[in-house]
Amino acid sequence: MTFINYASREINCKIVYYGPGLCGKTTNLQHIFEATAPQARGKLISLATETDRTLFFDFMPLELGTVRGFKTRFHLYTVPGQVFYDASRKLILKGVDGVVFVADSQEERMDANIESLYNLEENLKAQGYDLMKLPYVLQLNKRDLPNIIPAADLAAELKRKEEPVVEAVASSGAGVFDTLKAVAKQVLTELRKG
Amino acid sequence: MADTPITLHERQYHQLKAVLARLRMDSSARVVFLVDKDGQEIAVQGEIGNLDTTSLASLAAGNVAATGGMAQLIGEKEFPTLSHEGAHESIHISVIGRMLLIVVFDERSSLGLVKLRSKQVSQQLAAMMEEIVNAPKDDSDSPFAGITDEDIDSLFQ
Repeated sequence: MTFINYASREINCKIVYYGPGLCGKTTNLQHIFEATAPQARGKLISLATETDRTLFFDFMPLELGTVRGFKTRFHLYTVPGQVFYDASRKLILKGVDGVVFVADSQEERMDANIESLYNLEENLKAQGYDLMKLPYVLQLNKRDLPNIIPAADLAAELKRKEEPVVEAVASSGAGVFDTLKAVAKQVLTELRKG
Repeated sequence: MADTPITLHERQYHQLKAVLARLRMDSSARVVFLVDKDGQEIAVQGEIGNLDTTSLASLAAGNVAATGGMAQLIGEKEFPTLSHEGAHESIHISVIGRMLLIVVFDERSSLGLVKLRSKQVSQQLAAMMEEIVNAPKDDSDSPFAGITDEDIDSLFQ
């Protein structure tokens, strides 16, 4: 939920990266962390297992700059992608202002994408949100791999509304900031509506 | 659509800070802060030093959410308080409606004192937060009503 503090002149918003296991949600955050000046971001907190699979969430606060005299801070979260961590995913969606769905472009992950997208819609509904009305971006990740589905086909399968679709290679950073910009822009535009 | 934004005005912010300052003194705590259940920091009072309050707020909210999930699995609505005691530093968290009151304290205080003092201010904080959340929204004074596409684009230059 967006939090506007007139005393410290700050706006805080929450963005959640969602998607199937190993699709690159944490990699998106890691790239943003590495490519951002230290004064603009806080620590990247990763609650992960010993094998670096996200256990509960990753979290990173990011300050984008000032709008109308207010510092805009985005709290970026990822959810654990593995199917059996559904309870954790539900909790992390509480108070969300914008969602990025990170799809894995590899052919063999298509079913996992569809299952995760369905799960996102269900979990949003359980928290009282409607994906159709929420700031939302579809990222097609891993575009550098050989066995990928053409972007147009993947988008046709996974698009839910007129959301922006961004092709990405999170491991090299391609498309990562375009994705963030696309969702942040929608969140700030929502604020204009009041 | 996302939830309606919470707007905290200066007067309300200073009132909350005053309550936290008194709690901090009465409980001999190091730091006292108020966090939204979603992990957004609302107000902080005390010896912050190098303490990363943003991360702490987010992790405390995650902690409460996770234990709340466990509570529901065993038939409880939620666990209203959580305590973590370390060798030197400890944390006490009270759930007050949609907020979390977090008290960080060391050997100068005790869990019993922190619990007592936290409980004493919880009703007052709950009433203040209710006033903040339920305040009528006046969009005309929102600094974002007139925000332009250029303003937004300028953030990404």
